[in-house]
Amino acid sequence: MRIGIACPYSWDVPGGVQQHIRDLAEELIFEGHEVSVISPADDDTPLPPYVVGAGRAVPVPYNGSVARLSFGFLSVNRVRRWLKEGGFDVLHVHEPEIPSLSLLACWVASGPIVATVHTSIPRSRILLVTYPVVRTGLEKINGRIAVSEAARTTLVEHIGGDAVVIPNGVATRRYRKADPLPGWPGPGGAIGFLGRLDESRKGLSVLLKAFEILGPQRPGLRLLVAGPAGDADEVLHKVPAELRARVVLLGQVSEEDKVRVLHSVDVFCSPNTGGESFGIVTAEAMAAGVPIVASDIDAFRQLLRGGKAGELFATGDAADLARAAGGLLDNPTRRAELSAAALAAVADYDWSVVARDVLRVYETVVLGSTQVKVAAAGSDFP
Amino acid sequence: MITDIVIVVAVALLIGVYVSWRAGRIDRLHARVEMARAAVDITLLRRSSAASELATSGLLDPATSLLLGAAVHGTRGGPADGGRPRDLAESDLTRALRAAFSQPDFRASLSGKDGADELLAEVEAAAHQVFLARKFYNDMVAVTRDARRRPLVRVLHLSGNARAPEFFEMEDSLIADKSSASPLPG
Repeated sequence: MRIGIACPYSWDVPGGVQQHIRDLAEELIFEGHEVSVISPADDDTPLPPYVVGAGRAVPVPYNGSVARLSFGFLSVNRVRRWLKEGGFDVLHVHEPEIPSLSLLACWVASGPIVATVHTSIPRSRILLVTYPVVRTGLEKINGRIAVSEAARTTLVEHIGGDAVVIPNGVATRRYRKADPLPGWPGPGGAIGFLGRLDESRKGLSVLLKAFEILGPQRPGLRLLVAGPAGDADEVLHKVPAELRARVVLLGQVSEEDKVRVLHSVDVFCSPNTGGESFGIVTAEAMAAGVPIVASDIDAFRQLLRGGKAGELFATGDAADLARAAGGLLDNPTRRAELSAAALAAVADYDWSVVARDVLRVYETVVLGSTQVKVAAAGSDFP
Repeated sequence: MITDIVIVVAVALLIGVYVSWRAGRIDRLHARVEMARAAVDITLLRRSSAASELATSGLLDPATSLLLGAAVHGTRGGPADGGRPRDLAESDLTRALRAAFSQPDFRASLSGKDGADELLAEVEAAAHQVFLARKFYNDMVAVTRDARRRPLVRVLHLSGNARAPEFFEMEDSLIADKSSASPLPG
């Protein structure tokens, strides 16, 4: 099958959606399909052979923060050319409801189109899809995929129509084995965190508060924090002076080191306060076999099988997190149980399984349809 | 003796008149600040409605439409409704408009389309008015704040309960360099 995938975000910027597309494309290629991905990318970024660059994404304010997005008629032309040259059997767009190459691809193409929605979005922002010009694009989608129940709910409630839930894939093999960082986890135990330091939804401050409770009780316990952005001093100032030496900030780490970080801790903590539709980082930690303590948000409850594959604590509640993490640190048997349960649970999300499900959606939408073509609708652009 | 009293009364009267004139001036300044602020609000509303019209016009590609639409949407409702503060939301709209307008050959791609030139001109004119109204408002604020700082006004509390007016800062230039000399794209 010839498959065209549109990626909304810059290929050179790390992110969940980009990683999803990369893993999906590589799995599909491994299965013998022809895949081409169009994505914004800086001109000098080395791209894998299956990625077509669509020029730089422009930083613009969107939804209260600055996003790097592709829009405008030049992008339209690039998408049109890519579709013409690709001769795809199916077009797969990701996050078509944001201003992106995906939306443009929907608008320009006709034929079988599959869309994957990754995030759950508040109602207020969804109103915008009633714009006629946007709706025209979205109405062409033949099959919708949501990566989580939460993302599906957004679709059903706000855009209308339904979606099949196909969870995010995890390249579990990549996470299974790695050497811990030198000196970790150490005799006093260690708790790990991965994620942006400056994004409050990732919940680092909840974990730091919990460490304020746990730290004094357990003199050897350390906190290993890896993630981009954020001011290290600012983070450390949230921790009482006497505990600061035991909070280790690694900054942004490479993919390889990320796996090592997961293998360097006794307990991995996902204190997110919301905004997570799947919890890819948590799933990766599960694939590494680390016992998980996660906040009780929908995405994590589902991923951790309602608490069977990891401890859940009351979202945002540092004391409850301290209780749950402390309990795990004290109980190696329970940790071993959770580790095994997490590995078993995350196997359902392995890319080989997920890509097969996605392929079934492709096979369904191409039934009785022709190839993907460039539609007339966008042709009044130069 | 009598003349002394007359002089004292006259001086007291003069002081009274002067003080009341000063109080009146402070009052007038505050009223003018309010008017200038209302003008800023009106120009911002005009700009966002022009941008909204452009976004829904079907002239732009859907991604640009959505981008502008989202920015316009952000200017409605304030922090009370969980939105962004006004100045930040309006600056976001400025940046979104700037991003749309600064695409290479943006104008060329639209010229000849029905109503495109008029709409673009309307957005630009509205943006320019925002720039002007905000400048006038901030001038008034500066004068008023200065007047409020005078010793006599402070000691006698002539500004009463009126709160000191705040400057309204936002990005309002549609061209990428931050000079506020002209908000019109060149």
